Amino acid sequence: MATIDIPADMELVYQRPESLTPAHTHYCPGCTHGIIHRLIAEVLDELGLRERTIGIAPVGCSVLAYYYFNFDMAEAAHGRAPAMATGMKRTNPDKVVFTYQGDGDLAAIGTAEIVHSANRGELFTTIFVNNAIYGMTGGQMAPTTLPGQVSTSCPSGRDVELAGFPMHMAELLGGLPGTAYVTRQAVFDVRGIRRTKKALTTAFRAQLAGLGFTMVEVLSTCNTNWHMSVLGALEWAKDKMVGYYPLGDTKVSDAVRAMLEEK
Amino acid sequence: MAKELWEGNAAIAEAAIRAGLEAFYGYPITPQTEVLEHLSHRMIELGRVFLQAESEVASINMVYGAACTGVRVMTSSSSPGISLMQEGLSYIACSEVPAVVCNIMRGGPGLGNVQPAQGDYFQAVKSAGHGDYHMIVLAPSNVQEAIDLMVLAFDLADKYRTIAMLVADGAIGQMMEPAEMPPLRPLRKPEERGEWALTGARGREPNTITSLYLGAENLEVVNLRLQEKLRQIEANEVRWKEYDTEDAELLLVAFGTVGRICQTAVREARAKGVKVGLLRPVTLWPFPSARLAELAGQVQGMLVVEMNAGQMLQDVRLAVEGRCPIEFYGRMGGVIPLPDDILPELHKLEAAVGAG
Amino acid sequence: MQEEIIISGFGGQGTLFAGQLLSYAAMEEGFHVTWIPSYGPEMRGGKARCTVIVSDVEIGSPLVRRPSAAIVLNLPSMEAFEPAIKPGGTLVVNRSLIPLQSERDDIRVIYASATDMAIELGNVRLANVICLGALVQATSVVPVTAIERALDNHLPERHRKLLGINKEALHKGVELANG
Repeated sequence: MATIDIPADMELVYQRPESLTPAHTHYCPGCTHGIIHRLIAEVLDELGLRERTIGIAPVGCSVLAYYYFNFDMAEAAHGRAPAMATGMKRTNPDKVVFTYQGDGDLAAIGTAEIVHSANRGELFTTIFVNNAIYGMTGGQMAPTTLPGQVSTSCPSGRDVELAGFPMHMAELLGGLPGTAYVTRQAVFDVRGIRRTKKALTTAFRAQLAGLGFTMVEVLSTCNTNWHMSVLGALEWAKDKMVGYYPLGDTKVSDAVRAMLEEK
Repeated sequence: MAKELWEGNAAIAEAAIRAGLEAFYGYPITPQTEVLEHLSHRMIELGRVFLQAESEVASINMVYGAACTGVRVMTSSSSPGISLMQEGLSYIACSEVPAVVCNIMRGGPGLGNVQPAQGDYFQAVKSAGHGDYHMIVLAPSNVQEAIDLMVLAFDLADKYRTIAMLVADGAIGQMMEPAEMPPLRPLRKPEERGEWALTGARGREPNTITSLYLGAENLEVVNLRLQEKLRQIEANEVRWKEYDTEDAELLLVAFGTVGRICQTAVREARAKGVKVGLLRPVTLWPFPSARLAELAGQVQGMLVVEMNAGQMLQDVRLAVEGRCPIEFYGRMGGVIPLPDDILPELHKLEAAVGAG
Repeated sequence: MQEEIIISGFGGQGTLFAGQLLSYAAMEEGFHVTWIPSYGPEMRGGKARCTVIVSDVEIGSPLVRRPSAAIVLNLPSMEAFEPAIKPGGTLVVNRSLIPLQSERDDIRVIYASATDMAIELGNVRLANVICLGALVQATSVVPVTAIERALDNHLPERHRKLLGINKEALHKGVELANG
């Protein structure tokens, strides 16, 4: 990465992490994917892992994540990233492997792959971005769409009698014996962003230590398909989403707890 | 190494190990399960990767993931399981990573049954998944050939960064024959993996493996490159076996188990003075079209025999382009045509074309 | 030389193993050989059958409609294969479970009360080896000593203690064919 000459009387306080490329993202203005990408990049930089990381992009809005992350990446079929990650990590135990998945990818079409990977305790990390809607295809109902929430495929609001209930993936995976660390965070404000970064650090450290499957669910917004302003979307998310999807850890194994206390 | 009595499925599994298999991901399905069972203990003994996946969908995507990192990897299944893998196969083909798949075919469509069949010819040769591509398709007709082709499958997959599929039917998977295993090859070292592989961007620009190419022109460029590779494979890798074709007036065309059954039919027909030969395609894709076209100028007629309703038949017709009459005899649902069934068909052809 | 042999009975009667013994023996005698089972959904006690072809030339079809010899260990197998044997062929019948006389006068039929003899020897599961002894002696497809060597080399580890009575069973069968 290009080095910048900093005048002697100035201090470098902010720069692009080495784990991000200089590419402009295709994400809508106000989308929280950019924040989450940056947090992952910062954590990998801080842990010195960029050169041994392999990331897997999903199908969904973040399908092109490999343009933005500055390390080796593959692009998976819809929902299959955890199977790919299993194939990679089992043959390359010295690498750091993560999947980056949206709610349709992880909680609908890829349910079998994520549940079984988690249950086997696969030693990769999943970053699950839950914005309660299908973004890339233009705002259809997701497995995590809230009851009553309007989408282009539930125009009168999600009717749980018809479409069933939203999936609580962090709770579901946290209940499996193979998982080491599962948490739900949100990037709706500075405090949430800081907590999300801390959770990502814990997840990658637990992966490095081989403690089990790790997942950070990140509640996210989609102002475009929610048909809201950027700030309005953040407010709605804090107000409605967090109520339905409580923040916090759903699994911290004893080994992870010990790892955290050691520090 | 001396010959040992090998069951087809176990032989296929062991041959993959000898060829340097680093990882296997699979799911049980009859009549293929012995491949998975053999690998479940041998791979672990050798300190290699074996994992029973939650489904064939997961298996092929585990293969895809491992293949992206440049390791020798395979899965195996039987017909319905291969159908579930079609999505992954298409992604692997477009991503141009090497992978080996084994299909021990059973009767279909649907759940069908577990008896030997060749109903997946179209699927293997023409429609392994969505989009424009072909896999290299290898069809053994005995246990020794299954071993040899399994090793070849890995070499071809690596050479062309493509999918090589071994298609055998349940008969070859379940039968035992004396066969010789090749010696155990040393495993590929991490530094010997392709430059394209995802091995961590240490001291180099990041590698990306994707099958997504937004923009029609971009994707066309990728397709043109894939097609160019397929033309190279067609030029270099066509394989077939011939039996008694030198003076043949009639020609049997059959692959796999039926191919070897037709060897007996040729022997029995020759004993009765019928000048018949056999061409047995070993690669179903690429197909030995040129040689069939040549033989069409020599023989008076051909009889295609398959354990399906006439799938390879279409490729024989395309190769022969009307130069000689072509008849077909097929059995379905897991019924295996025996020499007693094939000989009368041969006599009918003989009478129709006035050979002899 | 080519012999096509079908060994047929219920699951648990050792038909597949008897075929494998013959296959090992044939391979070690330098013959071409194929062994192919009938297979299907797994069921305890279901039908179990294999076809073994032994030849001095490369084997094409591993299956035949009309075998040159057969061992039938139960009644359904008798009904299926007794009519199929080629003229001049050999049929070994487990008389203990098959209360039928063959109607063929163009084949050699050896009746063996194999299940009863096996019980007498101390293990009901030796009926297959008794019948194999009779078949091998009657057809000379391989020398009896080759089957003995196959038993030495390929009797599964968990049955090693039964090696002695397996050989005894084999010779009981040989005697039947001689007698």
